[in-house]
Amino acid sequence: MDVIIENLPLYWEGFLRTLFLSAVSGVIALLLGTVLAAARVSPVAALRGFSMAYVEILRNTPLTIAFFFAAIVLPRLGVKFEQFEVAAIIALSAYTAAFIAEAVRSGVNSVPVGQAEAARSIGMKFGQVLSLIILPQALRTVIPPLINILIALVKNSSVAGAFFVLELFGYGRQLANSNGDQVLAVLLGVAFFYLLITVPLGILASTVERKVAIAR
Amino acid sequence: MSSVLYDVPGPKARRVSLIGSVVGSLLILGLLAWIVSTLAQQGIFEGRRWAIFTRADVWTLLGNGIGATLSAAAVAAVIAFPLGLLVCLLRISDLAAIRIPTRIVLEFLRGMPVVLMMFFVLLVFGTNQFIAVVAGLVLYNAAVFAEIIRAGIQSLPKGQREAGLTIGLTSFQSRMIIELPQAVRRMMPSLVAQLVVLLKDTSLGYIVAYGELLRAVQVMADFLGTQFLFPIFFVAAAIYIAINICVSRIAVWIERRGSKKAAGGVAKAEPEPIEAEVK
Repeated sequence: MDVIIENLPLYWEGFLRTLFLSAVSGVIALLLGTVLAAARVSPVAALRGFSMAYVEILRNTPLTIAFFFAAIVLPRLGVKFEQFEVAAIIALSAYTAAFIAEAVRSGVNSVPVGQAEAARSIGMKFGQVLSLIILPQALRTVIPPLINILIALVKNSSVAGAFFVLELFGYGRQLANSNGDQVLAVLLGVAFFYLLITVPLGILASTVERKVAIAR
Repeated sequence: MSSVLYDVPGPKARRVSLIGSVVGSLLILGLLAWIVSTLAQQGIFEGRRWAIFTRADVWTLLGNGIGATLSAAAVAAVIAFPLGLLVCLLRISDLAAIRIPTRIVLEFLRGMPVVLMMFFVLLVFGTNQFIAVVAGLVLYNAAVFAEIIRAGIQSLPKGQREAGLTIGLTSFQSRMIIELPQAVRRMMPSLVAQLVVLLKDTSLGYIVAYGELLRAVQVMADFLGTQFLFPIFFVAAAIYIAINICVSRIAVWIERRGSKKAAGGVAKAEPEPIEAEVK
Protein backbone atom coordinates (compact mmCIF):
# COMPACT_ATOMS: atom_id res chain seq x y z
CA MET A 1 0.00 0.00 0.00
CA ASP A 2 2.87 2.38 0.80
CA VAL A 3 3.85 2.56 -2.83
CA ILE A 4 0.42 3.93 -3.78
CA ILE A 5 0.44 6.59 -1.07
CA GLU A 6 4.01 7.61 -1.84
CA ASN A 7 3.25 7.98 -5.54
CA LEU A 8 -0.19 9.47 -5.20
CA PRO A 9 0.84 12.65 -7.10
CA LEU A 10 1.92 10.50 -10.06
CA TYR A 11 -1.33 8.54 -9.98
CA TRP A 12 -3.27 11.79 -9.83
CA GLU A 13 -1.36 13.24 -12.77
CA GLY A 14 -1.96 10.08 -14.78
CA PHE A 15 -5.61 10.09 -13.81
CA LEU A 16 -6.01 13.68 -15.00
CA ARG A 17 -4.25 12.93 -18.28
CA THR A 18 -6.48 9.90 -18.86
CA LEU A 19 -9.51 12.11 -18.21
CA PHE A 20 -8.13 14.77 -20.54
CA LEU A 21 -7.40 12.29 -23.37
CA SER A 22 -10.83 10.70 -23.00
CA ALA A 23 -12.68 14.00 -22.83
CA VAL A 24 -11.01 15.58 -25.85
CA SER A 25 -11.22 12.41 -27.95
CA GLY A 26 -14.80 11.87 -26.79
CA VAL A 27 -15.94 15.33 -27.92
CA ILE A 28 -14.17 15.03 -31.30
CA ALA A 29 -15.52 11.53 -31.81
CA LEU A 30 -19.09 12.58 -30.94
CA LEU A 31 -18.99 15.39 -33.49
CA LEU A 32 -17.28 13.36 -36.19
CA GLY A 33 -19.50 10.35 -35.53
CA THR A 34 -22.69 12.41 -35.81
CA VAL A 35 -21.49 13.96 -39.07
CA LEU A 36 -20.65 10.48 -40.40
CA ALA A 37 -24.09 9.20 -39.41
CA ALA A 38 -25.72 12.18 -41.14
CA ALA A 39 -23.63 11.49 -44.25
CA ARG A 40 -24.73 7.86 -44.11
CA VAL A 41 -28.42 8.77 -44.48
CA SER A 42 -27.91 11.74 -46.81
CA PRO A 43 -29.25 11.86 -50.37
CA VAL A 44 -25.73 12.31 -51.81
CA ALA A 45 -24.38 8.91 -52.86
CA ALA A 46 -20.69 9.83 -52.54
CA LEU A 47 -21.15 10.87 -48.90
CA ARG A 48 -23.05 7.67 -48.15
CA GLY A 49 -20.29 5.58 -49.71
CA PHE A 50 -17.53 7.43 -47.88
CA SER A 51 -19.25 7.14 -44.52
CA MET A 52 -19.93 3.45 -45.05
CA ALA A 53 -16.33 2.71 -46.03
CA TYR A 54 -14.95 4.73 -43.10
CA VAL A 55 -17.13 2.98 -40.54
CA GLU A 56 -16.53 -0.49 -41.97
CA ILE A 57 -12.75 -0.11 -42.04
CA LEU A 58 -12.24 1.70 -38.73
CA ARG A 59 -14.58 -0.60 -36.82
CA ASN A 60 -12.54 -3.57 -37.94
CA THR A 61 -9.16 -2.00 -37.23
CA PRO A 62 -7.55 -3.09 -33.97
CA LEU A 63 -6.97 -0.01 -31.83
CA THR A 64 -3.30 -0.86 -31.42
CA ILE A 65 -2.88 -0.68 -35.20
CA ALA A 66 -4.54 2.76 -35.24
CA PHE A 67 -2.15 3.89 -32.51
CA PHE A 68 0.85 2.33 -34.22
CA PHE A 69 -0.10 4.20 -37.39
CA ALA A 70 -0.58 7.56 -35.65
CA ALA A 71 2.40 7.38 -33.30
CA ILE A 72 5.05 5.47 -35.26
CA VAL A 73 4.21 5.34 -38.97
CA LEU A 74 2.95 8.94 -39.42
CA PRO A 75 6.10 10.60 -37.98
CA ARG A 76 8.21 8.51 -40.38
CA LEU A 77 6.11 9.86 -43.22
CA GLY A 78 6.84 13.44 -42.26
CA VAL A 79 3.81 14.23 -40.12
CA LYS A 80 5.53 15.28 -36.90
CA PHE A 81 3.71 16.00 -33.68
CA GLU A 82 4.96 18.26 -30.92
CA GLN A 83 3.49 15.90 -28.36
CA PHE A 84 2.47 12.28 -28.54
CA GLU A 85 -0.87 13.25 -26.98
CA VAL A 86 -1.89 14.57 -30.40
CA ALA A 87 -1.23 11.20 -32.02
CA ALA A 88 -3.16 9.48 -29.24
CA ILE A 89 -6.12 11.84 -29.64
CA ILE A 90 -6.14 11.30 -33.42
CA ALA A 91 -6.11 7.52 -33.06
CA LEU A 92 -8.71 7.44 -30.29
CA SER A 93 -11.15 9.86 -31.87
CA ALA A 94 -10.89 8.38 -35.38
CA TYR A 95 -11.51 4.90 -33.94
CA THR A 96 -14.34 5.87 -31.59
CA ALA A 97 -16.11 8.00 -34.22
CA ALA A 98 -16.87 4.86 -36.25
CA PHE A 99 -18.70 3.28 -33.30
CA ILE A 100 -20.56 6.50 -32.52
CA ALA A 101 -21.63 6.79 -36.17
CA GLU A 102 -23.12 3.28 -36.03
CA ALA A 103 -24.92 4.00 -32.74
CA VAL A 104 -26.37 7.29 -34.01
CA ARG A 105 -27.45 5.65 -37.26
CA SER A 106 -29.31 2.93 -35.37
CA GLY A 107 -30.92 5.74 -33.37
CA VAL A 108 -32.02 7.45 -36.57
CA ASN A 109 -33.55 4.17 -37.71
CA SER A 110 -35.44 3.84 -34.41
CA VAL A 111 -37.32 7.14 -34.87
CA PRO A 112 -40.83 6.36 -36.15
CA VAL A 113 -41.23 6.89 -39.89
CA GLY A 114 -44.14 9.25 -39.34
CA GLN A 115 -41.84 11.84 -37.78
CA ALA A 116 -39.84 12.29 -40.95
CA GLU A 117 -42.93 12.10 -43.12
CA ALA A 118 -44.68 14.79 -41.10
CA ALA A 119 -41.58 16.99 -41.28
CA ARG A 120 -41.35 16.56 -45.03
CA SER A 121 -45.04 17.17 -45.54
CA ILE A 122 -44.74 20.60 -43.96
CA GLY A 123 -42.02 21.33 -46.49
CA MET A 124 -38.78 20.73 -44.59
CA LYS A 125 -35.60 19.97 -46.52
CA PHE A 126 -33.28 17.07 -45.68
CA GLY A 127 -31.01 19.19 -43.48
CA GLN A 128 -33.95 20.54 -41.53
CA VAL A 129 -35.59 17.13 -41.16
CA LEU A 130 -32.38 15.70 -39.81
CA SER A 131 -31.23 18.49 -37.52
CA LEU A 132 -34.60 19.68 -36.18
CA ILE A 133 -36.70 16.51 -36.07
CA ILE A 134 -34.75 13.27 -36.34
CA LEU A 135 -31.40 13.82 -34.61
CA PRO A 136 -32.79 15.35 -31.38
CA GLN A 137 -35.00 12.27 -30.95
CA ALA A 138 -32.38 9.82 -32.18
CA LEU A 139 -29.62 11.13 -29.91
CA ARG A 140 -31.93 10.84 -26.94
CA THR A 141 -32.58 7.15 -27.48
CA VAL A 142 -28.92 6.36 -28.08
CA ILE A 143 -27.59 8.06 -24.94
CA PRO A 144 -27.09 4.74 -23.07
CA PRO A 145 -25.13 3.09 -25.94
CA LEU A 146 -23.17 6.32 -26.39
CA ILE A 147 -22.18 6.29 -22.72
CA ASN A 148 -21.08 2.67 -23.13
CA ILE A 149 -18.93 3.72 -26.09
CA LEU A 150 -17.42 6.48 -23.95
CA ILE A 151 -16.66 3.94 -21.20
CA ALA A 152 -14.87 1.84 -23.80
CA LEU A 153 -13.02 5.00 -24.87
CA VAL A 154 -11.75 5.59 -21.33
CA LYS A 155 -10.49 2.03 -21.18
CA ASN A 156 -9.04 2.25 -24.69
CA SER A 157 -7.08 5.36 -23.75
CA SER A 158 -4.85 2.98 -21.76
CA VAL A 159 -3.31 1.91 -25.07
CA ALA A 160 -1.82 5.42 -25.28
CA GLY A 161 0.34 4.47 -22.30
CA ALA A 162 2.22 2.08 -24.56
CA PHE A 163 2.78 4.79 -27.17
CA PHE A 164 4.82 7.32 -25.21
CA VAL A 165 1.95 9.11 -23.46
CA LEU A 166 2.24 9.16 -19.70
CA GLU A 167 -1.35 8.59 -18.60
CA LEU A 168 -2.65 6.26 -15.94
CA PHE A 169 -1.44 3.05 -17.56
CA GLY A 170 1.86 4.67 -18.63
CA TYR A 171 2.63 5.74 -15.07
CA GLY A 172 1.47 2.33 -13.85
CA ARG A 173 4.03 0.67 -16.11
CA GLN A 174 6.75 2.99 -14.90
CA LEU A 175 5.92 2.40 -11.25
CA ALA A 176 5.68 -1.35 -11.79
CA ASN A 177 9.17 -1.33 -13.28
CA SER A 178 10.71 0.73 -10.50
CA ASN A 179 8.92 -1.09 -7.68
CA GLY A 180 9.39 -4.68 -8.77
CA ASP A 181 8.51 -6.03 -5.33
CA GLN A 182 5.15 -4.28 -5.05
CA VAL A 183 3.71 -4.86 -8.51
CA LEU A 184 0.39 -6.09 -7.16
CA ALA A 185 -0.27 -2.92 -5.16
CA VAL A 186 0.87 -0.66 -7.99
CA LEU A 187 -1.45 -2.23 -10.55
CA LEU A 188 -4.41 -2.44 -8.17
CA GLY A 189 -3.94 1.30 -7.63
CA VAL A 190 -4.13 1.84 -11.39
CA ALA A 191 -7.22 -0.36 -11.56
CA PHE A 192 -8.86 1.65 -8.79
CA PHE A 193 -8.44 4.91 -10.69
CA TYR A 194 -9.92 3.39 -13.87
CA LEU A 195 -12.90 2.12 -11.91
CA LEU A 196 -13.30 5.64 -10.52
CA ILE A 197 -14.25 6.71 -14.05
CA THR A 198 -15.89 3.64 -15.55
CA VAL A 199 -18.17 2.54 -12.70
CA PRO A 200 -19.99 5.89 -12.26
CA LEU A 201 -20.38 6.14 -16.04
CA GLY A 202 -21.81 2.61 -16.11
CA ILE A 203 -24.31 3.47 -13.37
CA LEU A 204 -25.23 6.62 -15.29
CA ALA A 205 -25.82 4.57 -18.46
CA SER A 206 -28.16 2.12 -16.76
CA THR A 207 -30.05 4.92 -14.96
CA VAL A 208 -30.58 6.81 -18.22
CA GLU A 209 -31.61 3.58 -19.91
CA ARG A 210 -34.29 3.01 -17.29
CA LYS A 211 -35.52 6.60 -17.60
CA VAL A 212 -35.74 6.43 -21.38
CA ALA A 213 -37.47 3.05 -21.20
CA ILE A 214 -40.19 4.55 -19.00
CA ALA A 215 -40.58 7.58 -21.25
CA ARG A 216 -41.30 5.46 -24.33
CA MET B 1 -35.63 4.34 -43.51
CA SER B 2 -33.09 6.64 -45.04
CA SER B 3 -35.25 7.45 -48.05
CA VAL B 4 -37.98 8.62 -45.66
CA LEU B 5 -35.77 11.51 -44.65
CA TYR B 6 -35.98 13.35 -47.94
CA ASP B 7 -38.48 13.76 -50.78
CA VAL B 8 -38.20 11.68 -53.90
CA PRO B 9 -35.63 13.73 -55.78
CA GLY B 10 -37.00 15.64 -58.72
CA PRO B 11 -34.87 16.66 -61.72
CA LYS B 12 -33.41 19.65 -59.86
CA ALA B 13 -32.64 17.76 -56.66
CA ARG B 14 -31.12 14.92 -58.68
CA ARG B 15 -28.88 17.40 -60.44
CA VAL B 16 -27.83 18.97 -57.12
CA SER B 17 -27.22 15.52 -55.64
CA LEU B 18 -25.21 14.48 -58.70
CA ILE B 19 -23.10 17.64 -58.43
CA GLY B 20 -22.71 16.96 -54.71
CA SER B 21 -21.60 13.41 -55.44
CA VAL B 22 -19.10 14.53 -58.05
CA VAL B 23 -17.69 17.28 -55.83
CA GLY B 24 -17.58 14.93 -52.84
CA SER B 25 -15.84 12.23 -54.87
CA LEU B 26 -13.37 14.77 -56.24
CA LEU B 27 -12.61 15.98 -52.72
CA ILE B 28 -12.00 12.45 -51.51
CA LEU B 29 -9.96 11.62 -54.60
CA GLY B 30 -7.99 14.85 -54.11
CA LEU B 31 -7.27 13.90 -50.50
CA LEU B 32 -6.13 10.45 -51.62
CA ALA B 33 -3.99 11.98 -54.38
CA TRP B 34 -2.40 14.31 -51.82
CA ILE B 35 -1.64 11.38 -49.50
CA VAL B 36 -0.22 9.32 -52.36
CA SER B 37 1.95 12.19 -53.61
CA THR B 38 3.22 12.89 -50.08
CA LEU B 39 4.05 9.22 -49.75
CA ALA B 40 5.70 9.21 -53.17
CA GLN B 41 7.91 12.14 -52.13
CA GLN B 42 9.06 10.01 -49.22
CA GLY B 43 9.99 7.36 -51.77
CA ILE B 44 7.41 4.91 -50.47
CA PHE B 45 6.56 3.56 -53.90
CA GLU B 46 10.08 2.72 -54.96
CA GLY B 47 10.24 -0.86 -56.09
CA ARG B 48 13.05 -1.84 -53.75
CA ARG B 49 10.94 -1.03 -50.72
CA TRP B 50 8.26 -3.44 -51.83
CA ALA B 51 10.72 -5.98 -53.19
CA ILE B 52 11.05 -7.42 -49.68
CA PHE B 53 7.74 -9.12 -50.24
CA THR B 54 9.43 -11.41 -52.75
CA ARG B 55 11.49 -12.79 -49.90
CA ALA B 56 10.13 -15.96 -48.36
CA ASP B 57 11.37 -15.19 -44.86
CA VAL B 58 9.33 -11.98 -44.70
CA TRP B 59 6.19 -13.97 -45.41
CA THR B 60 7.26 -16.62 -42.91
CA LEU B 61 7.57 -13.96 -40.20
CA LEU B 62 4.25 -12.39 -41.17
CA GLY B 63 2.69 -15.85 -41.17
CA ASN B 64 4.08 -16.53 -37.72
CA GLY B 65 2.60 -13.23 -36.53
CA ILE B 66 -0.82 -14.12 -37.94
CA GLY B 67 -0.55 -17.59 -36.42
CA ALA B 68 0.27 -16.11 -33.01
CA THR B 69 -2.63 -13.66 -33.27
CA LEU B 70 -5.14 -16.31 -34.33
CA SER B 71 -3.99 -18.92 -31.83
CA ALA B 72 -4.25 -16.49 -28.91
CA ALA B 73 -7.73 -15.48 -30.09
CA ALA B 74 -8.83 -19.09 -30.60
CA VAL B 75 -7.57 -20.34 -27.23
CA ALA B 76 -9.07 -17.33 -25.44
CA ALA B 77 -12.44 -17.74 -27.17
CA VAL B 78 -12.62 -21.46 -26.43
CA ILE B 79 -11.95 -20.86 -22.72
CA ALA B 80 -13.95 -17.63 -22.36
CA PHE B 81 -17.25 -18.92 -23.73
CA PRO B 82 -17.86 -21.84 -21.31
CA LEU B 83 -16.50 -19.71 -18.48
CA GLY B 84 -18.93 -16.96 -19.46
CA LEU B 85 -21.82 -19.46 -19.36
CA LEU B 86 -20.77 -20.61 -15.91
CA VAL B 87 -20.37 -17.06 -14.59
CA CYS B 88 -23.74 -16.16 -16.07
CA LEU B 89 -25.37 -18.99 -14.08
CA LEU B 90 -23.70 -17.68 -10.92
CA ARG B 91 -24.77 -14.12 -11.74
CA ILE B 92 -28.47 -15.07 -11.95
CA SER B 93 -28.35 -17.55 -9.08
CA ASP B 94 -31.27 -17.55 -6.65
CA LEU B 95 -28.84 -17.27 -3.75
CA ALA B 96 -27.87 -13.69 -3.00
CA ALA B 97 -24.62 -14.97 -1.43
CA ILE B 98 -23.52 -16.17 -4.87
CA ARG B 99 -25.21 -13.55 -7.03
CA ILE B 100 -23.90 -10.40 -5.36
CA PRO B 101 -20.17 -11.27 -5.18
CA THR B 102 -20.33 -12.45 -8.81
CA ARG B 103 -21.88 -9.17 -9.80
CA ILE B 104 -19.13 -7.19 -8.06
CA VAL B 105 -16.41 -9.23 -9.75
CA LEU B 106 -18.11 -8.79 -13.14
CA GLU B 107 -18.38 -5.02 -12.72
CA PHE B 108 -14.72 -4.94 -11.74
CA LEU B 109 -13.61 -6.94 -14.77
CA ARG B 110 -15.75 -5.03 -17.22
CA GLY B 111 -14.52 -1.67 -15.97
CA MET B 112 -10.88 -2.56 -16.50
CA PRO B 113 -8.74 -2.01 -19.59
CA VAL B 114 -7.84 -5.39 -21.10
CA VAL B 115 -4.22 -4.37 -21.49
CA LEU B 116 -4.01 -3.70 -17.75
CA MET B 117 -5.21 -7.24 -17.05
CA MET B 118 -2.64 -8.70 -19.44
CA PHE B 119 0.06 -6.64 -17.77
CA PHE B 120 -1.18 -7.70 -14.35
CA VAL B 121 -1.04 -11.42 -15.18
CA LEU B 122 2.36 -10.98 -16.81
CA LEU B 123 3.98 -9.26 -13.84
CA VAL B 124 2.14 -10.60 -10.81
CA PHE B 125 2.06 -14.25 -11.87
CA GLY B 126 5.27 -14.09 -13.89
CA THR B 127 3.77 -16.08 -16.78
CA ASN B 128 5.00 -16.01 -20.35
CA GLN B 129 3.49 -13.54 -22.80
CA PHE B 130 1.12 -16.01 -24.47
CA ILE B 131 -0.53 -16.95 -21.19
CA ALA B 132 -0.74 -13.30 -20.15
CA VAL B 133 -2.48 -12.35 -23.40
CA VAL B 134 -4.89 -15.29 -23.25
CA ALA B 135 -5.63 -14.72 -19.54
CA GLY B 136 -6.35 -11.03 -20.08
CA LEU B 137 -8.66 -11.81 -23.00
CA VAL B 138 -10.40 -14.63 -21.12
CA LEU B 139 -11.05 -12.57 -17.97
CA TYR B 140 -12.55 -9.67 -19.87
CA ASN B 141 -14.49 -11.57 -22.51
CA ALA B 142 -15.90 -14.17 -20.12
CA ALA B 143 -17.38 -11.23 -18.19
CA VAL B 144 -18.84 -9.75 -21.38
CA PHE B 145 -20.17 -13.13 -22.58
CA ALA B 146 -21.82 -13.62 -19.18
CA GLU B 147 -23.57 -10.25 -19.45
CA ILE B 148 -24.70 -10.92 -23.02
CA ILE B 149 -26.16 -14.32 -22.12
CA ARG B 150 -27.82 -12.84 -19.03
CA ALA B 151 -29.47 -10.24 -21.23
CA GLY B 152 -30.62 -13.11 -23.48
CA ILE B 153 -32.12 -15.05 -20.58
CA GLN B 154 -33.90 -11.96 -19.27
CA SER B 155 -35.36 -11.26 -22.69
CA LEU B 156 -37.08 -14.66 -22.74
CA PRO B 157 -40.79 -14.74 -21.93
CA LYS B 158 -41.33 -15.47 -18.23
CA GLY B 159 -43.48 -18.47 -19.12
CA GLN B 160 -40.46 -20.43 -20.33
CA ARG B 161 -38.98 -20.75 -16.86
CA GLU B 162 -42.37 -21.07 -15.18
CA ALA B 163 -43.32 -23.93 -17.50
CA GLY B 164 -39.99 -25.62 -16.86
CA LEU B 165 -40.45 -25.42 -13.09
CA THR B 166 -44.08 -26.57 -13.37
CA ILE B 167 -43.19 -29.82 -15.09
CA GLY B 168 -40.88 -30.59 -12.18
CA LEU B 169 -37.48 -29.46 -13.43
CA THR B 170 -35.22 -28.04 -10.78
CA SER B 171 -34.14 -24.43 -11.12
CA PHE B 172 -30.77 -25.55 -12.47
CA GLN B 173 -32.31 -27.96 -14.97
CA SER B 174 -34.64 -25.28 -16.24
CA ARG B 175 -31.71 -22.94 -16.78
CA MET B 176 -29.68 -25.57 -18.59
CA ILE B 177 -32.36 -27.28 -20.67
CA ILE B 178 -34.91 -24.53 -21.32
CA GLU B 179 -33.40 -21.08 -20.95
CA LEU B 180 -29.70 -21.22 -21.89
CA PRO B 181 -30.17 -22.83 -25.31
CA GLN B 182 -32.74 -20.21 -26.30
CA ALA B 183 -30.72 -17.35 -24.84
CA VAL B 184 -27.51 -18.38 -26.59
CA ARG B 185 -29.35 -18.72 -29.86
CA ARG B 186 -31.07 -15.38 -29.47
CA MET B 187 -27.83 -13.59 -28.61
CA MET B 188 -25.76 -15.27 -31.33
CA PRO B 189 -25.17 -12.03 -33.28
CA SER B 190 -23.91 -10.21 -30.16
CA LEU B 191 -21.74 -13.18 -29.22
CA VAL B 192 -20.10 -13.30 -32.65
CA ALA B 193 -19.68 -9.51 -32.62
CA GLN B 194 -17.89 -9.90 -29.29
CA LEU B 195 -15.63 -12.49 -30.96
CA VAL B 196 -14.56 -9.77 -33.39
CA VAL B 197 -13.72 -7.56 -30.41
CA LEU B 198 -11.73 -10.41 -28.91
CA LEU B 199 -9.83 -10.93 -32.14
CA LYS B 200 -9.09 -7.21 -32.36
CA ASP B 201 -7.94 -7.13 -28.74
CA THR B 202 -5.24 -9.72 -29.42
CA SER B 203 -3.35 -6.79 -30.94
CA LEU B 204 -2.93 -5.50 -27.37
CA GLY B 205 -0.45 -8.34 -27.06
CA TYR B 206 1.94 -5.99 -28.85
CA ILE B 207 2.11 -3.93 -25.65
CA VAL B 208 3.10 -6.88 -23.47
CA ALA B 209 5.66 -7.98 -26.11
CA TYR B 210 3.71 -11.02 -27.33
CA GLY B 211 4.94 -11.94 -30.82
CA GLU B 212 1.70 -11.24 -32.67
CA LEU B 213 1.29 -9.64 -36.07
CA LEU B 214 2.05 -6.05 -35.07
CA ARG B 215 5.08 -7.11 -33.03
CA ALA B 216 6.28 -9.06 -36.09
CA VAL B 217 6.00 -5.81 -38.10
CA GLN B 218 8.04 -3.95 -35.52
CA VAL B 219 10.67 -6.68 -35.34
CA MET B 220 11.03 -6.81 -39.13
CA ALA B 221 11.25 -3.01 -39.40
CA ASP B 222 13.96 -2.95 -36.72
CA PHE B 223 15.81 -5.78 -38.43
CA LEU B 224 15.50 -4.84 -42.10
CA GLY B 225 15.63 -1.06 -41.68
CA THR B 226 13.00 1.58 -41.04
CA GLN B 227 12.52 2.33 -44.73
CA PHE B 228 10.58 -0.93 -44.87
CA LEU B 229 8.31 0.02 -41.97
CA PHE B 230 5.53 1.46 -44.12
CA PRO B 231 5.26 -1.38 -46.66
CA ILE B 232 5.29 -4.06 -43.97
CA PHE B 233 2.88 -2.15 -41.77
CA PHE B 234 0.56 -1.56 -44.70
CA VAL B 235 0.42 -5.24 -45.67
CA ALA B 236 0.05 -6.45 -42.08
CA ALA B 237 -2.71 -3.94 -41.30
CA ALA B 238 -4.54 -4.94 -44.49
CA ILE B 239 -4.38 -8.62 -43.51
CA TYR B 240 -5.55 -7.89 -39.97
CA ILE B 241 -8.46 -5.73 -41.12
CA ALA B 242 -9.45 -8.25 -43.80
CA ILE B 243 -9.66 -11.05 -41.21
CA ASN B 244 -11.78 -8.87 -38.93
CA ILE B 245 -14.12 -7.83 -41.73
CA CYS B 246 -14.65 -11.51 -42.63
CA VAL B 247 -15.61 -12.37 -39.04
CA SER B 248 -17.88 -9.30 -38.84
CA ARG B 249 -19.61 -10.41 -42.04
CA ILE B 250 -20.24 -13.81 -40.47
CA ALA B 251 -21.90 -12.01 -37.55
CA VAL B 252 -24.14 -10.05 -39.93
CA TRP B 253 -24.97 -13.22 -41.87
CA ILE B 254 -25.95 -15.05 -38.67
CA GLU B 255 -28.12 -12.13 -37.65
CA ARG B 256 -29.95 -12.16 -41.01
CA ARG B 257 -30.39 -15.91 -40.89
CA GLY B 258 -31.68 -15.66 -37.32
CA SER B 259 -34.25 -13.02 -38.19
CA LYS B 260 -35.49 -15.13 -41.13
CA LYS B 261 -35.89 -18.13 -38.81
CA ALA B 262 -37.82 -15.98 -36.36
CA ALA B 263 -40.23 -15.07 -39.14
CA GLY B 264 -41.10 -18.73 -39.62
CA GLY B 265 -38.33 -19.81 -41.95
CA VAL B 266 -39.75 -17.77 -44.78
CA ALA B 267 -38.21 -14.49 -45.81
CA LYS B 268 -40.79 -11.78 -45.49
CA ALA B 269 -41.86 -10.52 -48.88
CA GLU B 270 -40.78 -6.90 -48.97
CA PRO B 271 -43.36 -4.65 -50.61
CA GLU B 272 -41.94 -2.99 -53.69
CA PRO B 273 -40.84 0.55 -52.75
CA ILE B 274 -43.14 2.97 -54.51
CA GLU B 275 -40.47 5.64 -54.94
CA ALA B 276 -38.46 3.36 -57.17
CA GLU B 277 -41.16 3.44 -59.79
CA VAL B 278 -41.55 7.21 -59.93
CA LYS B 279 -39.52 8.58 -62.75
